Amino acid sequence: MRRDIFQAIADPTRRAIITLIAVHAMTPNALAEHFDSTRQAISKHLRVLTECQLVTQEYQGREIYYQLEIDKMKEIDKWLEQFRRIWESRFKQLDQLLSTIKKKK
Amino acid sequence: MKHNLQFDFIADEKKNTLTIRREFLAGRQLVWDCYTKRELLDRWFAPAPLTTKTKSMDFREGGHWHYAMVDPNGTEYWGYTEYLKINPIDYYTSLDAFSDAEGEINEDLPRAEWLVSFTDKGENALIETIVTYKSLSDLEKVIQMGMEQGMIATLKKLDELLLTISKEK
Repeated sequence: MRRDIFQAIADPTRRAIITLIAVHAMTPNALAEHFDSTRQAISKHLRVLTECQLVTQEYQGREIYYQLEIDKMKEIDKWLEQFRRIWESRFKQLDQLLSTIKKKK
Repeated sequence: MKHNLQFDFIADEKKNTLTIRREFLAGRQLVWDCYTKRELLDRWFAPAPLTTKTKSMDFREGGHWHYAMVDPNGTEYWGYTEYLKINPIDYYTSLDAFSDAEGEINEDLPRAEWLVSFTDKGENALIETIVTYKSLSDLEKVIQMGMEQGMIATLKKLDELLLTISKEK
């Protein structure tokens, strides 16, 4: 099964988890309180997020805290940046075309 | 004279949409023509170094645009856009697709719905394009296709070149 940033954010619950732990690291129990899902379901999402390397675990005593890997989140921006440039380049050509047509008139 | 033309590029990962807004130094009618006439579309739509080649176009509701983006080696990447609603010169909606030279749509590749709106911004025109994908991974696939088609690779090469030059300084 594929494990990357897109897989990580494809699911609404996982996106919500990301938003929550972006503020501060949380335990699975604390996270589960924010959802109607079972603790098991949350753990499963956390496992996917871990496999996507979007979250890391930190042990504090007997508790496991999950924290967000901000750098990994930036990957999606890089993808989008590439797409943005295609549009930029396309629009520059349209600028030129418009100015050519206007001059002819 | 330097113009500061508005350009917004917003991704909404919840709605799987891309919203692209761009201002142009021309009236709405002229920009509308550039979007809806084949001979004009051919002159700007594919980002360089690719060029656009229209095979057939019928700009009406239920009509289509069958075109290729051609890379410098002559390789053709075919697209087929179906027009859904048209309201000149305010907006149109369409459904894009990857296809072959015969216009056969490739159902394995993602399709996206486009809503392109044209509004006045002073003497300029503001064009808003909202592209809606079925899922985020569809968007990812389309970006991947862009890479394969050399649209992004070239820009990446340019980045590398710029980096090399700036290091040499």
